[in-house]
Amino acid sequence: MLEVKNLRVHFKTAAPDRFAVDGTSFTVGDGEIVGLVGESGSGKSVTAMAISGLLPRRQSEYSGEIWLDGVEILNGDRNLMRQMQGDTIGVIFQEPMSAFDPIMPIGRQVEESLLVHHPEMSPAARRSAALTAMAEAELDEPETVYEKYPHELSGGMLQRAMIAAAIIHSPKLLLADEPTTALDVTIQGQILDLLKKINKTKGTSILFISHNMRVIRHLSERVLVMYRGKIVEQGSVEDVFLHPQEAYTKKLIDSIPARDRHLTGLKEILKGAGKE
Amino acid sequence: MKKLFAKHNNWFFKVGLILTVCMVGIVIIGQFWTPYDPNAMDAAAKAQGPSLKHLLGTDYFGRDIFSRILEGAGATLLIAFFVVLLGAGMGTLIGALTGYFGGVVDEILMRICDALTAFPSVLLALIALAILGPGRLNVIGVLALVFIPSFARIVRAEFSRIKKLNYVSLAKLQGVGHLRIMLRHILPNTLPVLLPAISIGFNNAVLAEASMSFLGVGVSASEVSLGRMLSDSQNYILRGMPWYAIFVGLTIALLILGFSLLGEGLQQED
Repeated sequence: MLEVKNLRVHFKTAAPDRFAVDGTSFTVGDGEIVGLVGESGSGKSVTAMAISGLLPRRQSEYSGEIWLDGVEILNGDRNLMRQMQGDTIGVIFQEPMSAFDPIMPIGRQVEESLLVHHPEMSPAARRSAALTAMAEAELDEPETVYEKYPHELSGGMLQRAMIAAAIIHSPKLLLADEPTTALDVTIQGQILDLLKKINKTKGTSILFISHNMRVIRHLSERVLVMYRGKIVEQGSVEDVFLHPQEAYTKKLIDSIPARDRHLTGLKEILKGAGKE
Repeated sequence: MKKLFAKHNNWFFKVGLILTVCMVGIVIIGQFWTPYDPNAMDAAAKAQGPSLKHLLGTDYFGRDIFSRILEGAGATLLIAFFVVLLGAGMGTLIGALTGYFGGVVDEILMRICDALTAFPSVLLALIALAILGPGRLNVIGVLALVFIPSFARIVRAEFSRIKKLNYVSLAKLQGVGHLRIMLRHILPNTLPVLLPAISIGFNNAVLAEASMSFLGVGVSASEVSLGRMLSDSQNYILRGMPWYAIFVGLTIALLILGFSLLGEGLQQED
């Protein structure tokens, strides 16, 4: 489904030897949920940007290949990327509050990708597709929400609307970049369950990016651990969590807050990063 | 409209709107009906003060000043309208393209705008009109050109701010093209900044036209405008007819007061 081969990204403003993503390779299979975990600045979001086509082309240098559904998209032109965006690939990101145009009704924004990719659809057909997607994203009363403006909805509702916008065209890959970070724990759980359900019923592959090991464990079957632009460890969730091979992974797991454990791991990570 | 009122429920906005609507309304009526023919001379009633027959009096040729002010204000507003339309239109186009795409074109166009702004705009317009000669179309063209940079700058700043916001990224991620993003997602969101600028633009355009015509480089001698009338009326002040200049000046003052209050009101929320 998705194959990233030796991806390297360097921002022109950074030091010449500093790569935001430094030779990353991984795959996401059909219908698979893969978690990508790492601390802030580890390169996980830049990887997501590269896959979704949001990499600022003029300010960055990149190499490698990204194959999505049999098409190489990293080095292709923008039109190719635009065909994939909002069609083969759907994206959900954090901060749902700022993800919608403040002066356009939510429903119109949910259905916007149809306007681009299926211009032949009638407004009524688009509307009903949007209502279906919103219902699938478990938004109550989609008809009412359709007419609302972003400031009239809560963060959780907006996150569901964003999911609706991402699944309206039944993408093959769903890229979720920290979609639960800005939400409270109850809503977090609901959103995770929703993503899992979408994966089950529609067979959508999901690449789930988070710095939160516990969230990843809750959701995915396979996990990639990223540190300083490289994938340092990957394997099934059980293996990585129960038998971490890398010292970094161990510390990352130790840093999950738990009732009976103190946060020693995180300090060591920070110390280690400072030394290098 | 209701929303606009709810959002800008302040005195600047209310007074500005009432004043503008009244003034513009009277002027528009004046285009179809005036108490007297603005150019009809009446030797029996020349150089009279305000009276019931001639509300604002008559000039030395016996022409009704109220009728002439209506016609002159109409010409001035028409010029201001086209100046703002062209200036804001071109400015928005330039600002949108440079703000959204950035790069070399942005650098070049913005440096040209800098160069235009570096001159005092009145002086620049004065020189250009002195070279081109008077006339309505010349006034419109030159003033519009002088007005472009201020609009371009405002719109550019808004575009380059909004294009980095999440909802623009999300639209891009759905495959939405540049044109639709610019027109549907960014441009409407610049209105809170653009509307006051347009209102102030009217204010400046009326003032600029009046200044140019007053100085004799604006509309040609056969055309009327408030600036032209102000220039004519100053001869009457010392001949015991100050009301002519006062009424023309008052008209200009009320017009620009309305526009600038409206602009101020639009900038302040609730």
